[in-house]
Amino acid sequence: MKVPFSWLREYVSVSLSASEIAQRLTMAGVEANLTKATRQSWDKITVGQIMALEPHPNADRLQLATIDFGQGQSKVVCGATNVRIGDKVPFAQVGAELVDGHSGKPVRLKPAKIRGVASEGMACSEKELGISESHEGVLVLPADAPLGIPLADYLADAVLDLEVTPNRPDCLSILGVAREVAALTKQEMRLPSSSYEEAGPEIQKRVSVEIADPDLCRRYCASLTEGIKIGPSPAWMQQRLTASGMRPINNIVDITNYVMLEYGQPLHAFDFRKIGGARIVVRRARAGEKLTSLDGVDRELRPDMLVIADQSIPVAIAGVMGGADSEVTEVTTSVLLESANFNQVSIRRTSSGLKMRSEASMRFERGISPELTVPALWRATQLMLEIAGGTASKGMADVYPGKKEAKVIRLRTAYVMQLLGLEVSQEQIIDVLVSLGFQCVPAGSENTAVTIPYWRTDVSEPADLSEEVARILGYAAIPTTTLSSELPRQQVDTRLSFREQLRDLMVAAGFQEIITYSLTSQHKLTKAASAENAVHVANPLSTELEYLRTSLRPGLLTTLAANQKYEEGGIRLFEIGRVFLGRGSDLPDEREILGGVVSGPRGELSWFGEKGQSDFFDAKGAVESVLSRLGIEAEYEAGGEDKLRSGRVARVVVGQTTVGIIGEIHPRVAESFDLLPQSVALFELDIENLLSVAKEKQGYHPLSRFPRSVRDIAVLVDVQVPAKKMLGVVRSVPLVSQVSLFDLYSGRQVPVGKKSVAFRIAYQSDSHTLTEEELETTENEILDRLAKDVGAARRG
Amino acid sequence: MLKELEELKTKAVSELDGIDNLGDLEKWRVRYLGRKGSLTTVLRGLGTLSVEERRTVGAVANELKATLESGLQQKQEALKTQNLVDTIEQTRIDVTLPGYPVSIGRLHPTTRTLREVCSVFSSMGFQVVEGPEVEWDYYNFEALNIPQDHPARDMWATFWVDTEGAGRSRLLRTHTSPMQIRLMEKTRPPVRAVVPGKVYRYEATDATHEFMFYQVEGLAVDKGITMGDLKGTLFEFARRLFGAERKARFRCDYFPFVEPGVEMAIDCFVCQGAGCRLCSNTGWIEILGAGMVHPDVLRRVDYDPDVYTGFAFGMGVERIPLLKYGIDDIRLFYSNDLRFLKQF
Repeated sequence: MKVPFSWLREYVSVSLSASEIAQRLTMAGVEANLTKATRQSWDKITVGQIMALEPHPNADRLQLATIDFGQGQSKVVCGATNVRIGDKVPFAQVGAELVDGHSGKPVRLKPAKIRGVASEGMACSEKELGISESHEGVLVLPADAPLGIPLADYLADAVLDLEVTPNRPDCLSILGVAREVAALTKQEMRLPSSSYEEAGPEIQKRVSVEIADPDLCRRYCASLTEGIKIGPSPAWMQQRLTASGMRPINNIVDITNYVMLEYGQPLHAFDFRKIGGARIVVRRARAGEKLTSLDGVDRELRPDMLVIADQSIPVAIAGVMGGADSEVTEVTTSVLLESANFNQVSIRRTSSGLKMRSEASMRFERGISPELTVPALWRATQLMLEIAGGTASKGMADVYPGKKEAKVIRLRTAYVMQLLGLEVSQEQIIDVLVSLGFQCVPAGSENTAVTIPYWRTDVSEPADLSEEVARILGYAAIPTTTLSSELPRQQVDTRLSFREQLRDLMVAAGFQEIITYSLTSQHKLTKAASAENAVHVANPLSTELEYLRTSLRPGLLTTLAANQKYEEGGIRLFEIGRVFLGRGSDLPDEREILGGVVSGPRGELSWFGEKGQSDFFDAKGAVESVLSRLGIEAEYEAGGEDKLRSGRVARVVVGQTTVGIIGEIHPRVAESFDLLPQSVALFELDIENLLSVAKEKQGYHPLSRFPRSVRDIAVLVDVQVPAKKMLGVVRSVPLVSQVSLFDLYSGRQVPVGKKSVAFRIAYQSDSHTLTEEELETTENEILDRLAKDVGAARRG
Repeated sequence: MLKELEELKTKAVSELDGIDNLGDLEKWRVRYLGRKGSLTTVLRGLGTLSVEERRTVGAVANELKATLESGLQQKQEALKTQNLVDTIEQTRIDVTLPGYPVSIGRLHPTTRTLREVCSVFSSMGFQVVEGPEVEWDYYNFEALNIPQDHPARDMWATFWVDTEGAGRSRLLRTHTSPMQIRLMEKTRPPVRAVVPGKVYRYEATDATHEFMFYQVEGLAVDKGITMGDLKGTLFEFARRLFGAERKARFRCDYFPFVEPGVEMAIDCFVCQGAGCRLCSNTGWIEILGAGMVHPDVLRRVDYDPDVYTGFAFGMGVERIPLLKYGIDDIRLFYSNDLRFLKQF
């Protein structure tokens, strides 16, 4: 909503600057930005100063003014009596385009001789400048107006550009904003005049109105004016419409827009002669009905749409757009002016269904009062008679099936104080509310009966009235206090702290955290994981963002690929985020997953030398470290999954629960994500499952006071024998306190089909120092068991 | 014999003086003090002497042995020290060479900010809870006073999820506010919680718009909670997060599920309130929306609005690092360019 400051000032006295007003409105909930209206004309009009005044030799009522306009001086004949020597005034040089003070038509200023005295230029009134209708004297500018600068630079009308929140349709009008400004600056507001002479026949004899669907139309009013003359609207009206962001069309249409802006009530003008049977029926559209709207588009009407029809066919889509056939045109002479109230939900559905959001529909869908129809209709009819001439019928058509009593709220002063935390008296509350147009009747010192004015359709609760009090007194008045109420019992969500611990561990393990979109494409899901059970977005931004992810893989792999371009060294990424598994018509299962990828050289490039390319074991090492830090003992079972590379996949199992997977991605998957041709290892852990198997640390193992002995054993074994099995065998032998697999070799000097595996084993007892004999026996037992269980032979 | 000893002493001492390494020193020891060494041989010859002579020569010989042994020890010490000094000198390094790389990862800036925000509120007794990202229309809109066809729905452009059969409408939550309802449905007052999480808006992305971002919601409901408490809580939050020198202000704003409604701003830290591009020349930067929980919302979860009052707030999380670090494009957050992420 754009509010020209000069228009606003017509209805409320303002002593503050436009920027101060914008600031107060903003603080009170109507965000206002100050802009300037652009002027089309005002060429050759500058700020001038009256240097001398002398009587006109041939006319008592005229004066001769000498005006300095910067580039020179001019002597002009001046009819105004309000100027003094030294006053700054708008000065139009010969050739300037002005509005004729009497006819209101645009004129080009010519040199003139008035009562025998030459006049070169003119000191202008507001009307001559097209700012307003005022023609009472010359516009006297503030004394600090810089002499000689173009008037447009100095006097461009300030425009308040308002962002009106959906609850305040009343502020989608000049009068509504004036009311706010009046309350905020403790001024009285004025209403426009709206009386006119009803010289025509009684309207009931000329037109009939029926509301067939009162659930969608609470009130329908109309006036009829005959014998009007279509033409351009006056300059001041065009100027204001333009400044408010509307395009002038003709006097009748401009008046409907002007009054809509002024009152917030949408109006529609019909060419009365096109209304069949001089009859208006407000009804739902019938199946198959069509209408060509004002914009020339043929619209198919649905039976849930409300239309304005004549005796047989729709002539307008109620509250949204008029029909082309009944449009006011150059030849129109009789205008039926509609001022009605339509159901907000119906208007919203119709306008969004037809993709025709208009200034009118925007106001209706926010819910305006049916009480607004009459004042707006009076004002518009008055303007029509004034500007377009003609004769108004007596009275107005007014069908009002949806009348409701004004709502009264009992407001407790204590409630306001408690909600706001602010000391405020009943008197202060009443002052504020009355300034906004609420009627207040005190009921004792504690309660006030507050009647809601019809334009405040947003107010229905004591809390709403409390906000009125707070915003007019200013939110700055509310004190700053500390919560002093009881602390609720804390129910600690262990999942959250567990998850944050996982994040920290991943960071410690050298992984960079990423956060990727939860939306991805079916293609990526299918390539990297599975799109089965993926939840589909009904209105996606693109096919790339069409499904909720069922796996973190698309995000991890896409991010990896995008960063391979810039990174010299290896990349280690992790993400903790939700995946979404569809569950029919219910909400999907949202599972939190820790996922990571590792690819490229191990470690950073350094003068210490290279450490090879990362692979499966880098991912596994990270998982092992993190799990061991969480006290989780996991088994890694070789398993298959077709998106991962066969033979390089392991399921992470704790007890009976599979908590995740580790594997290198299949080369084909790598290819489809445009990854460099090098191994990419990834892992995924289900956080909830992980948490279910994580145990609180229980007790500790006492440190042995006896020395430990460390010996190495190397064995030859079939290549197929898994390390896990060998390690299990070694660990099962008593007195073995620690075992590391520190060498693995197959190739020269090792028979084909065999591998050489070396273990470093620490032996220790909690009860005594081990003897050489004991060590010997234990070592032999290990070798025996390895031979028996996995066919291993000691290596020479 | 005595003369022999005297010669031995002179020779041994002068040889010892000339020794400059541990190897030669060992040879010297063997030569004089070893089992077959000169002194040992002399001592062994004592038996052939008379008792008288044995006493005299013996004393001299023993004294010589002591002298040579102590000389040996001193020489040993001196040579070892010298060795160490040499070794240290020879093994100097270029300490300006880069160290052995130790990889430590980094948290995403959003995670860091979320932790910071949640920890401020935790310290004020707010419990951290989370809720679903795919929501029912009821929780995201209806229960928050935003019914079907309400014009306020335009404030939240929504991603809808396909409806299955006759199922209810589902959507990607447009804000973390649905958790207000879920929380209050589950518990009785007092309630004091913050809800961090992802939210989604059906919006084309540009430098200032992202279709997915994080919010932190806050809710406190009990007897006697006032708008002053809301102000106190949020001003303290702003002070802790943006610094004690920042000014904060409340202005009236509209959100259907609060009344009175609030928008909180802090004074612009680029221009200190004078007006610049960052604050669109207003001197103030909006950081969150808030208000007193609407009585209708309380009624909906069976809290009596005549007994209980409360406040709620919601803030965009990325906005905080955007402002703090002057990041000019929100899309940097979730495009995960490591050149960006590694700066945090």
